[in-house]
Amino acid sequence: MLLQVRDIHTYYGLSHILFGVSLEVDKGECVCLVGRNGAGKTTTLKSIIGLAPPKRGVVAWRGQPINGRAPHWIAQQGIGFVPEERAIFPNLTVWENLDVARKPSTTGEVRWTVERIYDLFPRLKERSNQLGGTLSGGEQQMLTIARTLMGNPELVLLDEPSEGLAPLIVELIGELVAQIKAEGMTILLSEQNLRFALRLSERAYIIDDGKIQFSGTTQELQNNPELVEKYLAVH
Amino acid sequence: MPQIPIESVLIQVLNGLSSGMIFFIVASGLSLIFGVMRVINFAHGSLYMLGAFLATAVGAWVAEKNLGFFVALLIAPLVVAFVGVVLEFTLFKRIYNKEHLLQLLLTYGLTLILADVVRIIWGGEILRLSLPEFLAGATRIMGRRVANYNLALLVVGPLIAFGLWFLLQRTRWGRIIRASVANPEIVSALGINTQWVFTGVFALGCWLAGLGGMLISGRASVSLGMDVEIIVQAFAVVVIGGLGSFTGALVGSVIIGVTVAIGTLYAPSTAQIIPFAIMALVLILRPWGLFGKPER
Ligand SMILES: Nc1ncnc2c1ncn2[C@@H]1O[C@H](COP(=O)(O)OP(=O)(O)OP(=O)(O)O)[C@@H](O)[C@H]1O
Ligand SMILES: [Mg+2]
Repeated sequence: MLLQVRDIHTYYGLSHILFGVSLEVDKGECVCLVGRNGAGKTTTLKSIIGLAPPKRGVVAWRGQPINGRAPHWIAQQGIGFVPEERAIFPNLTVWENLDVARKPSTTGEVRWTVERIYDLFPRLKERSNQLGGTLSGGEQQMLTIARTLMGNPELVLLDEPSEGLAPLIVELIGELVAQIKAEGMTILLSEQNLRFALRLSERAYIIDDGKIQFSGTTQELQNNPELVEKYLAVH
Repeated sequence: MPQIPIESVLIQVLNGLSSGMIFFIVASGLSLIFGVMRVINFAHGSLYMLGAFLATAVGAWVAEKNLGFFVALLIAPLVVAFVGVVLEFTLFKRIYNKEHLLQLLLTYGLTLILADVVRIIWGGEILRLSLPEFLAGATRIMGRRVANYNLALLVVGPLIAFGLWFLLQRTRWGRIIRASVANPEIVSALGINTQWVFTGVFALGCWLAGLGGMLISGRASVSLGMDVEIIVQAFAVVVIGGLGSFTGALVGSVIIGVTVAIGTLYAPSTAQIIPFAIMALVLILRPWGLFGKPER
């Protein structure tokens, strides 16, 4: 198993957010973590990358515990994090955003270069010298994904890539993620948009109130409308 | 108002510009540290003073004045940068995300400690760094003598400004610093140890303080109390120019250097008030400074 999260409890200050979350991601899989606003998706991803280190429980990467290590150390082990809300560096150009994130994989390979990124994201190539802050929402989302790829990770934690984007742009982002997946990338995808998430993933977890409420194949989830109604429908 | 020939005024502008260059070097360090770590370092002036005393000590130790100056130029700012690294590692990194009052207490406390350290080591002597011959003389401009050293400062200031611009805008290290200003958490999640970025930036800021102190020691006498004098000037500069802005630090330094120099000609007793008058004006009209951005 590439990534194993076992019974983690994460806090922000005194507020207890995750209550024993466990999940697993195997090499080459695309697994989604779906849940409503405030369910704990971002906190789970931040617990893995080390930005919100869990107080209890274990995050294991290739069988070795990594919880409690600094985010930069965890990233250097081959885990890439794509933050939500398109957190690009607005004061840097597109090219500079990519250059900052440049690093070889743990085995020293450089699969993702600026040239390859520009092949996959021609829109970013056109905007190469523009400041990140001047890009449209969709372009910024592409840039956050591309920036993380520049670090040649083995696993990408992708936090709500469809959030706040127009349907056509969501479609486009979905195609790009599918392409990255087709290159053999392992992905843990956090989403509220169930349709978007299920189309890309083989397995799914439902998170609600900081607890995992369902774990199974996307097929099982699709065949279970009560689950969807209970945990994902917007009331 | 006294009648003063135009040549005198122009020469005084030159001298004011050269003071401005030293203000710029010191203020840019202060501004850099604030811009990246959001810490206002009151002890910046103390590091400047330390640089000045170290420079005179190195100069005296080398004894040969042509060589001494350049050895001091090399060593004094580096030692100050090293002191900065130690301070950052032991103290400053603990207060980056703390409230301003705590930062103020720490950095103000440091100014007291560093002043005592300098007093203990150098005993309150008044010292000066001897200049190499080609810098010690004067050049005639418009029939008046202008110290070569001041002319050299007019070259050094822009060189430092260019160097800083180049570092921040044209190197990967600079890109990482600018990204860390925008979002240090994301930078660390991309695999970069932001702790080292901060230590490096702090060291660079302190190096600039040390360089300013070293340069002033070749032009004016070095004594206790110069720490307070420069920190007040540097604050005026960054308030006028905008904290965190390099262009602002440059423009603010030039404004203060030149206005004080000209003011000295016309009203020597009140010239020192000029920086604060300008500062007050800027604070009223544009509280975030000429080139700064309103605080988020
Ligand atoms: N920095 C913080 N300090 C305190 N509480 C926080 C913080 N960040 C998030 N929370 C709380 O933690 C809970 C889980 O938040 P989280 O961001 O993980 O949810 P999410 O599933 O990613 O939601 P969204 O879909 O809105 O992104 C929420 O109740 C939120 O209010
Ligand atoms: Mg979230």
